Amino acid sequence: MAETVQVNKDKEEEVLAELDSFAELPDAPPKRKFRLSWVGWVASGVVAFWLIICLIGPSIAPFSEMDIEGDDSFLDAYTSEEGYGSFYLGTDYLGRDTFSRILWGARNTIGISLAATLLAYLMGITLGILAAVKGGWIDMGISRLNDAILALPTIMMGLIVVAALGTSITVLIGTAAVIYATSVFRIARALGLDIMVQDYVEAAQTRGEGIWWIIRAEVLPNAAMPLATDFGLRLVFVVLFVSSMSFLGLGVPPPAADWGSMVRENLAGLTYGSWAAIWPAFSIASFTIAVNLIVDDISAKSGGSLAKKMV
Amino acid sequence: MMMRMVWQRIGIGLATLWVVSVIVFIATSILPGDVASIILGQSATPETLAALRRELGTDQPLVIQYLGWLGDMATGDLGTSKAGGAAISDLIGGRLGNTLMMAGFVAAISIPISIALGLWAAMHPGTWLDRIVTFGTLATISVPEFFIATIAVLILAVHFHLLPSTAYMTGDESLGQLLKALAMPIITLVIVVSAQMIRMTRAGILNVMSSPYIEMAILKGVPRRRIILRHAFYNAIGPIVNVIALNLAYLVSGVVIVETIFSYPGLAKLMIDGVQTRDLPLVQACAMIFCGTYVVLILLADIGSIVSNPRLRNPK
Repeated sequence: MAETVQVNKDKEEEVLAELDSFAELPDAPPKRKFRLSWVGWVASGVVAFWLIICLIGPSIAPFSEMDIEGDDSFLDAYTSEEGYGSFYLGTDYLGRDTFSRILWGARNTIGISLAATLLAYLMGITLGILAAVKGGWIDMGISRLNDAILALPTIMMGLIVVAALGTSITVLIGTAAVIYATSVFRIARALGLDIMVQDYVEAAQTRGEGIWWIIRAEVLPNAAMPLATDFGLRLVFVVLFVSSMSFLGLGVPPPAADWGSMVRENLAGLTYGSWAAIWPAFSIASFTIAVNLIVDDISAKSGGSLAKKMV
Repeated sequence: MMMRMVWQRIGIGLATLWVVSVIVFIATSILPGDVASIILGQSATPETLAALRRELGTDQPLVIQYLGWLGDMATGDLGTSKAGGAAISDLIGGRLGNTLMMAGFVAAISIPISIALGLWAAMHPGTWLDRIVTFGTLATISVPEFFIATIAVLILAVHFHLLPSTAYMTGDESLGQLLKALAMPIITLVIVVSAQMIRMTRAGILNVMSSPYIEMAILKGVPRRRIILRHAFYNAIGPIVNVIALNLAYLVSGVVIVETIFSYPGLAKLMIDGVQTRDLPLVQACAMIFCGTYVVLILLADIGSIVSNPRLRNPK
């Protein structure tokens, strides 16, 4: 067993060495280096933290998201009466543990947003590349429909769909995915059109490669990098959309914990000095700001404008 | 040249409005289930069902229903609310005025502030004040509107007791009371909208700053303040007008959240209530008003950037 692993490792090193020697060739593509500033590193840490909470949150939470544990609503975190010290962030309007609900809510808020964003990417890229490669009336049809959906404010689109279909997690994910697939479609189509006229695609076509081979081997790898940077931005928009819908009471149905609805439910507590609405709001903010900072850091590194150098 | 492009945009805007009406109608018409049987519930007999369907028009094909609905909308007949049976145009009337008043205040405050701050940040790029503005605005556009509102309530209403945390209005307030009630929603919206506008203004100016004629001006020794105010600003007006119209359009979604959180009696609150009770005619009417405003503002943004482009205004 150990030997096979060793053999595999040797082989891997061989392959890597071979790749390295290709990298020395004069026409090798420039190496991409990710050098984040310290702000970028801190932001990455925050995002990694929430993603881990997403996975293990419910198993380390002291209480269940739905159990009513405290005798009283809006308990302070520091109530020293016997037994209440275990509510690290106090209790919410029904006497549920805010800390546990935030841990559970991470999975709902970030999980739903990630699922919706991935679905949006799947739809957007498939249709976008299809439109770019096929052209003609397919491109025309999809593009016009896309423009129409883009012409509506996202929250209006969400409200209309929820008014017709009612609230559920499936509706929420589907709506967010369709709304944000439109902007992915635009980017994917533009990138696809750009790549399809490159020399290497023409060379492949002349070689007689099929359309699927060209999409897989030429278009997708070249479109991957710009699309990956856009993913972060899109994820932030989806998190904002999902939590705004939940905040309006039209997203994740209760009693499931979700950061947006937690803010709504506990707003009344603000006047009694309870922070039960503030913690989930801070959770959303920390996640979205961190993702945006990473995206900002990467895009600032990849292209400096003249103005920055001159003035 | 310019007029042709403007007319073209207006044409596209009208087409978009039409498509929006189709989307709003179809999305709210493909209900799982028959409206007539939902209304009648247990007491439904085949005869009453058919009668109600005829009365509601749901026995007609979808296209006929759509044309009828569009005709009613165009002539100002917005239908009747399912809850209570009041005419929707009566429900909307006062609410629309409230929302427009709030949006007007927000625009009047946020536009001058944003342009000034954006210009100022672009004049001093890289200084720590510029960094504070850049980080602050990035943070603001990264968080949901209700986050800003919650923090505003915490600081201004709970901690310092300066302002009320809800915007109840009875209709006969004095000007002072009115301003006090409106203050919290307006502050929240101004912060949300300005952040986006400051960023775009700053980016627009810095973008112009990287063009060759600015480089020329730098090289011949023109002071930086003069470069920005005389050379860069006029060329950035087009993009900035565009930004202003776009952000007034973004107000639409901000208004929905802010009216809910402060219980402000505006159009958006009416629409949310409609969505919660699934009062579809009401939702359709409100959605058409919001989407129509949005499309018109985007259209104005487009026209603004065409008109302010000297190359299009004075064709060779």
